[in-house]
Amino acid sequence: MSEDLVNIEIDGVPLRARKGAMLIEVADEAGLRIPRFCYHRKLSVAANCRMCLVEVEKAPKPLPACATPVMDGMKAYTHSPRALAAQKGTMEFLLINHPLDCPICDQGGECELQDVAMGYGESVSRYSEAKRVVKDKDIGPLIATEMTRCIHCTRCVRFGEEIAGIRELGATGRGEFMQIGTFIEKSLTSEMSGNVIDLCPVGALTAKPSRYTARPWELIQHPSVAPHDSIGSNIFLHTREGRVMRAVPRDNESVNETWISDRDRFSYTGLYAPDRLAGPMVKENGKWIDTDWETALTRAVDGLRGTAPAEIGALLSPHATLEELYLAQKFLRAMGVLNLDHRLRQGDFSHADADPLFPYLGLSIEALEKLDAALLVGSNVRKEQPIAHHRLRKAALAGGAVMAINTRDYGFAFPMAGQVIVDPQAMLRHLAGVAAAALRAAGAQAPAALAGVLSEAETGDVEQAMAGALRDAGSAAILMGSQASAHPQASLIRALCAVIAEHTGAIPGYLPEAANSAGAWLAGAVPHRGPAGAPLESPGLDAAAMLEKPRQAYVLLGVEPHLDCADGPRARAALEAAGFVVALSAFASNALKDVADVLLPVATFAETSGTFVNAEGRWQSFKGVAPPPGDARPGWKVVRVLGTMAGLPGFDYVSSEQVRDELKARFGEDMAFHNRVSLEGEAFDLPPRITGLQRAGGVAIHGLDPLVRRAEPLQATADGRQAGAYICEAQARALDLTGTGRVLVRQGGHTAHLDLVIDNSVAMGCVWIPAGMAQTASLGPPHGAVELQKL
Amino acid sequence: MPKTRNENKADLLNEHLRAEIDDWLRRFPDDRRESAVLGALRAVQHEHGYLSTELMDAVAAYIDMPEIAVYEVASFYSMYELKPVGRHTIAVCTNISCMLRGSDRIVEHIENRLGIRTGESTPDGKFYLKREEECLAACCGAPMMQVDHVYHEHLTPERVDEILDRLE
Repeated sequence: MSEDLVNIEIDGVPLRARKGAMLIEVADEAGLRIPRFCYHRKLSVAANCRMCLVEVEKAPKPLPACATPVMDGMKAYTHSPRALAAQKGTMEFLLINHPLDCPICDQGGECELQDVAMGYGESVSRYSEAKRVVKDKDIGPLIATEMTRCIHCTRCVRFGEEIAGIRELGATGRGEFMQIGTFIEKSLTSEMSGNVIDLCPVGALTAKPSRYTARPWELIQHPSVAPHDSIGSNIFLHTREGRVMRAVPRDNESVNETWISDRDRFSYTGLYAPDRLAGPMVKENGKWIDTDWETALTRAVDGLRGTAPAEIGALLSPHATLEELYLAQKFLRAMGVLNLDHRLRQGDFSHADADPLFPYLGLSIEALEKLDAALLVGSNVRKEQPIAHHRLRKAALAGGAVMAINTRDYGFAFPMAGQVIVDPQAMLRHLAGVAAAALRAAGAQAPAALAGVLSEAETGDVEQAMAGALRDAGSAAILMGSQASAHPQASLIRALCAVIAEHTGAIPGYLPEAANSAGAWLAGAVPHRGPAGAPLESPGLDAAAMLEKPRQAYVLLGVEPHLDCADGPRARAALEAAGFVVALSAFASNALKDVADVLLPVATFAETSGTFVNAEGRWQSFKGVAPPPGDARPGWKVVRVLGTMAGLPGFDYVSSEQVRDELKARFGEDMAFHNRVSLEGEAFDLPPRITGLQRAGGVAIHGLDPLVRRAEPLQATADGRQAGAYICEAQARALDLTGTGRVLVRQGGHTAHLDLVIDNSVAMGCVWIPAGMAQTASLGPPHGAVELQKL
Repeated sequence: MPKTRNENKADLLNEHLRAEIDDWLRRFPDDRRESAVLGALRAVQHEHGYLSTELMDAVAAYIDMPEIAVYEVASFYSMYELKPVGRHTIAVCTNISCMLRGSDRIVEHIENRLGIRTGESTPDGKFYLKREEECLAACCGAPMMQVDHVYHEHLTPERVDEILDRLE
C-alpha cells in the first residue's frame, strides 16, 4: 500500500499520509490542532466556515485544510503569520453576527466557538454596528434553538442528509438573511435527531431537557452503556452532586461510532420520576407501609419459602444487568424455583431445543454496513435499533440490497431492494415463499419438518428476487427482529430463516429487543437452560406458560407486568390472583402496587455496576455513576442478600465483577457460538387462518422499558404519542370507518378506545397497534384477531 | 374524521403543471431529478401567483425530493414569491445606470400613484411593486422597469402612467 502514501510536512513535522486525504485529517491524526467549525470527520466536506485556513507552500492564498487534499512534497503551516492572520480574520467575521454573551448561553464552557475565540479572537470587538437577530424556532421537545447564535456551519443540515437519512433542517434565505431551520413550524422526527446537539459547535442547538441546569465545568463525566436497545451504545453520563444531568455519546467505532439514538440520550430524564421507589415497602392489609430492608427482605424470603417452589414464577427483565439476572436465577434455582424467564414478549416457545445459545446478530455490528444483501423479518430496525439502521443504511447506499418482510412499511431512511408488506399470518407464507425459492435454486429437498408449510408457500417475483439477492451477494444476512420473536409462530419463522440461510449462504441473525436480551440467555434466565447454556434436568415454565397456568407466587425483577409482558391483561390477572408477589423494581407504579406485596427498591443502570451483552455478543461492563435515591440498592446486592438470608450457600460476593467473572468462567476459553437451527423434531404447521382483522405491531419505541416510559421529553415526541389503531385506506373503506376519528378495539374480550389513523404503510388485513403504551395496555397480546368498531 | 398520514401532496398540481414539470424532468438524468425544481417552481408560480408551503410540498412530492430542499431553493431566489402578491408585478431597476438616469424618481412616482411602498401590493390585488430589482441588462434604455415579463425603457412618470393605465 506504500504507493498510496505521500510524504508531506505540516509545521515542519514530516508525515506520511494517504493519497487524497485532506490536510486536516492528516493533521488531526498527527495531533496537530487546526481550528475548525464546519469540518466533522463523519460528515461531508462543506468548507464554508473558513476557520481552518492554513498556509501551503507555493499556494498564492491560504487554503482550507478541510478541503485541501495532500500532495507529495506538500508543506503546510498551521501557525505561520499568514495562517494566523487568515484564521484571526475569519474569527473576527464569525463573531460579527454572533452574540458576545457567553455567560448566559447554555453552551458556554463547552463551546467550540468560545474555545477558538480564546485562541484566535481579539479581546475587544471592532464591530459596533447592529447584529443580525434570528427568531427562534420550536423544533420539538428535545432540542432547544437559539438561532441568533448560529454560524451557518451546516453540520446539522449535513447530519440530516448524510447520517439520519431524513433532511429536516436546511438553510433557507440568502446572504445576510440565510437561516438554518425547518422553514415551517415542525418538530424533528428523526430517532437520532439529538446528535445535532453535539455537532453544533455553538449554542444554537442545545439539549432542551438539560438546558440551563448545569454548567459543563460542574459536571463529572462517567463512561456508561445505554440500557435500551440491543446495540449497547457507549455513552457518557454527566453528573452533578450525585445526580445524572444528561447523557452524551462516547466514541466507539465498532459499536455506535460517535452517534446515539434519542432514546439513549434522553431516557435519563426518567431516572427521577415521581414514582421512583426510594425505600422498601410492604403491604399490610392492603395498605402500603414504608419499612426497613431487613423487614422487607425477611418478608420476601418468608413469602417464597411459604410457597411450593413449583408454584412460584419469576419474570425477569431483559433490561436487568447480567449480574442481576445470573444471581436471580442462581437464587431462584437454589430455592427450587424452575419457572423463570426473561422472554416476556416472546410469542412462541415451541421447538425450544433449537434455541441458540443467545440471540446472536450473526456478525459484528460493524459488519452490518458491509453487507451486500440483508433480509429483515419482522423488524422496525429504524426505531428499535437506530444504530443498526444507520449501519444498514450505509450498506444500502453502497449498493447493498436491503429487503424486508413486515406488517408495515416502516419507512427506512434508505432505498429498499424489495419489501413484502402483509398481515402477520401471511408473513409466514411469504417467508416460506423465499425459502421455497431458495430451495428450488439450490436444487434441494424441503426438510421434512417444513414440507407442509412449504407446500402452502407463496412464491411470487418478490420472493424469488429476495432469495436471488441473498444467494448472489458476497455477504448476506437474514435478520429476525423483535416482531419475529413476538410472533405466535416465532419458531416457524426461525426455521424458515434457517432454511433460507442454509441454501443462500446468508448468515442468520437476530436483532433482539432489549439491552441485555443476549446477556439474559447467557446468564441462564430462561426456563430450559442454565447459565452459559447448560442443559437442565427438568425445564420450568416459560414466561407465557407461568401466566397461562397462574402460580401462587411471583418474583418480578425490573418488570411492569401490564406493559412489559406480551399479554398485559393476563399478566395482571395472574399477579392479582397470586397470594404473594415480590417485586424488585426501580419504580413503583400504581399498577405494580396493585399486584405486589413486597417492593424492594433497586438501582437503575446509572446507579449500579453491571454488564450488558449486546446483539453481537460484546460484554460491556459499566460502573454506577450516581447513588441510588434513598434506600435503593443495586439489584445484584439485593439478590445476594436474599440468597444469604435464605441460608443459601455461594452468595458471598463482594463485587459485581466477581459475579460476572464466575459466569464468564463457565464459558471456558472457547466462546464461539453459531446460529444454526436444527430442524429435527416435530413438524411445523401453519396456524388456522384468521379470516377477519389481525392485530400487528411492535413495541412503541418509547414504551420499551420502565425507564424510557418515564422520560417525559421522549413521551412528548411524535414517537411517544403514537398510540392509535393504524389501518390502510382500503381497509378503512372496507370496514366503513372513513368517517370516524376514534374506534373501539376488541381483542379476545378486552377493549380499548383508540384514535384511528389511516396510514397506507400498514398491510391490508391488519390493524397496527403499538404495545408498551398505557393506552393500548388493556388489549391482549400483540397478535391475534381484533375487531374495530366506530365510536 | 380519522387522522390520515397519506395525503398525496402532489395532488395539488393540475394536469397542465404536471406536463410542464415532466417536461423539465425529461431534460435531466433520472438521478438528477432535483435539477427540475427551478423550472417546476416557476411553472407553479405562474399558475398560482405565488408559492405557498402546500404548493412547494406538492413540488417536492412530485419530484421526490425533501420538502426543506424545495424551501431552500424557493427562499434563495428573489424571483420566487412566498406570499400572495398583486396580479401585475412591477420591478423597477435601481442599479447604477438606471439610478443615474433617475430611477429613484420613477420608484417614487409609482409609490405615490399606487399608495404602496416597494415590497407591497395594492389592496385591490392589482399591482405588486417588487422591493429590489438588480440590473436587467437594458442599460441603454435606462431607466427601465419590467412589468410582468415585459421590458419598458426610457421611462418618465408619464410613460409609467400610460403603461399602468393599460393594465387590466
